[in-house]
Amino acid sequence: MSEYLYVGKSIPRTIETDKVTGRAIYIDDLKRPGMLYGKILYSKYAHAKIKNIDKSKAEKLPGVRAILTGYDIPDVRVGFIKDQTVLKKDVVRQFRDEVAAVAAISPEIAEEALGLIKVEYEVLPTVFDPVEAMKEGAPLVHEVDARGRPLKSNILPLPWKFYAGDIETGRKASAYTVKDSVSTTWVNQCCMGPSGCVAEFDMNNNLTLYDQTNVIHLGKQRIMEYFAQIGLKGKKVRVVNAIVGGSFGTKLDTDIYEFICMQLALKTRKPVKILFSREEEFFALPPRQPAIFDIEQGCDKEGRLTFRKCEALLDNGAYTSWGATTPSVMMMPMSSLYRVPNVSFEATCVYTNNIYCQAMRGYGNPQANFAVETSMDTLAEEAGIDPAEFRLINRNQSGDETPQRLKITSCGLEECINSVKEKLDWDKKKKDKKKARGVGMASLIHVAGGARVYMSDGHGIMIKVDQNGCVDVFESGTDQGQGSPTVISQIVAEALGFKPEDISLTMGDTGLSLWDAGTHASRHTFMAGNAAIRCCEKVKKQILDMAVQYMPKLIKGGFKRKKRKDPDFVQPDLDYSLISNPEDMDIRDRMVFPKSDPDHPYFKMDVREIVRSGLHVGVGDSRVVVAEEFYDPPTEMLDREMKGNLSMTYAFGTTGVEVEVDEETGEVTILKLIAAHDVGKAINPTLLLGQVYGAVYTGVGYGLTEEIKVVNGRVMNPNFRDYKMLTAKDVIPITPVVVEPGDEAGPFGAKGIGEPGLVPTAPAIANAIYDAIGVRITDLPITPEKILTALNDKQ
Amino acid sequence: MKKVSVSFTLNGDPVTAEVPVTWSLLKTLREYFELNGAKKGCGVGECGACTVIVDGDAVSSCLYPIPEIEGRSVTTIEGIASAEGELHPLQKAFIENNGVQCGYCTSGMLMSAKSLLDQNPDPTEDEIRTSIAGNFCRCTGYIQIVEAIGMAAETIK
Ligand code: FES
Ligand code: FES
Repeated sequence: MSEYLYVGKSIPRTIETDKVTGRAIYIDDLKRPGMLYGKILYSKYAHAKIKNIDKSKAEKLPGVRAILTGYDIPDVRVGFIKDQTVLKKDVVRQFRDEVAAVAAISPEIAEEALGLIKVEYEVLPTVFDPVEAMKEGAPLVHEVDARGRPLKSNILPLPWKFYAGDIETGRKASAYTVKDSVSTTWVNQCCMGPSGCVAEFDMNNNLTLYDQTNVIHLGKQRIMEYFAQIGLKGKKVRVVNAIVGGSFGTKLDTDIYEFICMQLALKTRKPVKILFSREEEFFALPPRQPAIFDIEQGCDKEGRLTFRKCEALLDNGAYTSWGATTPSVMMMPMSSLYRVPNVSFEATCVYTNNIYCQAMRGYGNPQANFAVETSMDTLAEEAGIDPAEFRLINRNQSGDETPQRLKITSCGLEECINSVKEKLDWDKKKKDKKKARGVGMASLIHVAGGARVYMSDGHGIMIKVDQNGCVDVFESGTDQGQGSPTVISQIVAEALGFKPEDISLTMGDTGLSLWDAGTHASRHTFMAGNAAIRCCEKVKKQILDMAVQYMPKLIKGGFKRKKRKDPDFVQPDLDYSLISNPEDMDIRDRMVFPKSDPDHPYFKMDVREIVRSGLHVGVGDSRVVVAEEFYDPPTEMLDREMKGNLSMTYAFGTTGVEVEVDEETGEVTILKLIAAHDVGKAINPTLLLGQVYGAVYTGVGYGLTEEIKVVNGRVMNPNFRDYKMLTAKDVIPITPVVVEPGDEAGPFGAKGIGEPGLVPTAPAIANAIYDAIGVRITDLPITPEKILTALNDKQ
Repeated sequence: MKKVSVSFTLNGDPVTAEVPVTWSLLKTLREYFELNGAKKGCGVGECGACTVIVDGDAVSSCLYPIPEIEGRSVTTIEGIASAEGELHPLQKAFIENNGVQCGYCTSGMLMSAKSLLDQNPDPTEDEIRTSIAGNFCRCTGYIQIVEAIGMAAETIK
C-alpha cells in the first residue's frame, strides 16, 4: 500500500474554526435587509373541520405585514404522495396542521398576531391507534386521495413487500423456530440548531432560499415543481445553506414551513425568516417513524438460519413524508443481515391523526434491526447456541450475494463480532454469570457506497486551482457537522498532491454546484470522495500538461538570470526528457517533479509557478486550471421485487454491551459498550470516532430513554426537560474498534459511516438486559418502569 | 415598550445598552450587540446553548433578565480568544480533538468549560462532565468534548 500524506491522518477541523469563535452563521444568525419574521398557527384539534377563520383583528395589529390562510394561497398539494397542502383549509387532521401564517416586523408581533386569529372548528372523530385505523368503519383521516378519488380506508397505497425463496420450505428445514412481537416509538432528531429558513424574492420573482437542507438540489426541484403550480413557472430558484446545526434526517424533506416562508415572502415582497422554537421542533417536525413488528425466524440443527418472516405496521400519522418509505430500508436488514435463504417482509402504513414522520439517522434500519437482532437472540436461546456463536455461524461474508441481490464486496463482520467477544470477555461472562449483570450484542448491515433511491445517485464536484496555489472545491453536498470540509480536503490534498490548508470548500449552494442526490444514507464521503479523486486526476493532468510546456522555459530562464548576475555560472547539462511527458511526472505537497527522480535538484517546481506561467502567456493562449467530475456509480435501482444492488458497498458492524440492572429501581447501567465497525478505511480517525460516538449515544437514548409521548395525537413532552436525551453525565464507556478491510470501490478504501453506530445499539442493550435479568422488554425505550413491571410479572 | 438602560462590562469593554426591560441577556447580546455566538437552543434554560459567563459563573443567558446585568462582567465566546486572535486553549482543543461537529452547542460548551477551568484548573473527568451537564449536544456523544476540556486543562497548566 502506498504511503498517504493526509489520508488516514487525524487532521484537525481547522477549516471550521469559526464554529469555536462564535462567528459561524447559522440560520438563526442570518439577517437580510428589511427582513420580516414569520410564525405559524397550528391546529387546536387532531381532526376537525375549519368552519371559519377570522384574521381581521390580527391584521390590524401594527407591525403585521401579512396573514395567510389556506384560502389565500393556491390549493397546491405537496409532499411525497401529495397528500397535504401548505396551509390547511376545510379540514385539519393532526395537531401540527398549519392553519395560518403571519409575517411581521418582529417575532414578538408575529406571535401576538397568531393569538388574535380566531379559528372556528367543528370536531371530527379521530383515530390514533394504527390497528384501529385499519379496521372497517374507522374514521377516515383522508376522504380523497391526491387526485380527488374517494378513499375507503386509512391504509396507504404503499404496499411494501419483499419475498425471496420460500418460507414454507424454510419452515420445513427448521429444527427451531421463534415468533416475537416488538415495537419502536417516535424519537425526535433533536438537532440542537432549530429548523428555519429565509426566503427572499428579487424583483423578477426569482427566489433565493437560505436554508439548511441536506438535499439542496432535490429541494430546489420540489420548489420548482411547486412554483410551476402557483404561477411562478420558469422562475429561478437558488438554495443556499447557512451553517447547519445538525440534521439527522430532519432536513431530507422540504418541510411545510419552508413553503409557508416562500408564500409569506412572495406576499410581502420582503425577505422572511421562519425559525422554529424548541417546542415546534418537538411537535411540528416529523420525527423517526415508529413501527410494530411480528417477526418469525427459524434455523436448522446446526444453527443455520432457514427463514425470516416479518410483518410491520407503521403509524403513518396524518400525512406522508419519508417515514412511509422507511420499509424500503427495513428490507435490507430483513433480507440481508446474516445469511438467510428464505425471506418474507411486508409492511403496511396506516393513516392516523397522529404526527407524521420522516427520516432519522439510520432511516428504517434501527427499527428493523431491533426486530431482527432481538429475534436472533430468542432463536439462539431456543436452539441452545451461544448468541455470539449463532451470529458467527450466520455471518455475511465477502463475495456473498444476498436475497435482495446486494453484492457484499468487503465484509468485516466476522472480525467485528470477534472483537466484541474478545473485548467484552464474552465467553467468561457467559459462563460465570453475575447476578443482574449481562452481555448482549447486535450487528448491522447498512449501505456504505451510495444508495440508489433516485435514478441518479450521482455527486458532482468542480475544482479549480489558481496561480496562488489556492484550490477551490465546489462540492454539492451539505455539511451537517460531520466534518466533510476537513475530510474532503484531505482527499483532495492527497489525490491532487496539495496540502489540506491549500483547499477551500464551497458546499450547500445550488448556484455553485452540480447535481447531488443529497447528504443522506451515509453516502457523502464515499460519493464526494470518489468524485473528488476522479476530478483531481483531471486537474492534475492539466497542471502536468502545463508543466511539460513551461517547466523547461522556466528553468532555462532561471539559468539565464543567474548567468546575468554571475558570469561564471555554468548552465548544467540537463536531461529535459525527464519532464517532457506528463505521464512521467507527478505532484506531491504542491511540488511538481519527475517520477523517476522526485528530488531532482532542478526539475522540482512549485505548482504555483507553473499555473502562473500557463495563465500569463500573452494574447490568446492563456489557460486556467479547472475541471469537473460527475460520479454516478454503477449500482442498481431496486426492481419491482425490491431487489437490486443499490450500493457499491455495505458497512457492517457489531455493538456489544455489558449492563447491570438494578432490580429494585429498574435502572440500567452500561458498564461497557464495544462498537466495532467495518469502515473500509478511516480517512480521518478522530473524525470517524466522532461519528461513532455520536451515533452510539443517540442509539443508547433510543434504547433506554428517548420517546416522544403522543397522547391522542398531541405531543405531551415538547421540551428537553421531559424528553430524555442523554447528557454528559450519562457516561457510556465506549470502546470503539475500527476494522479497516479497505473497499475497492471506496475513496482510498473508505465506506460510509454516518449512521451505522446507531443502528445495533438498542437491540444490543435489550439483549444484554435479558441476559442480566431474564426478562425481555420488546418495546422501546426500555425504561425502568417497564423493567420493574416485567420483573413483577415474572415473579 | 418600557426600556431599561444597563451598563456593564462585556468582554472587557465598558458598554451601555438601552433595551426593552423584558429582554433577556441572550437577546440583548444577539440583537443589540450583534454577538451571535450564544445560541437559543430552547429559550427556557434547558439546553445550555446560550451559556455565557457572568462574574465568573456559567449562566443560561436566555433566562437572565437584562436589568440584573447592571454593573456585572459578562464574557461570551467572542471574548475568549486573545485580542490578536490567538485562540484560547479550549478553542484549540475543541478543533484539535473534534469537540465540535455541527457547532451549535459549541459556544455554550466552551463557556461552561471555561468557567470550570477558571475556577478549577485541574478538574477530574467527573468534574468536567458535571460542568457541562446542562449543555446538550446531539452530535458528539460528549466524549471528545470531555477529552478536549481535559487537554485544554493540561495546556493551561
Ligand atoms: S437557550 Fe438558554 S438554555 Fe437553551
Ligand atoms: S456539535 Fe452539534 S450539538 Fe454539539
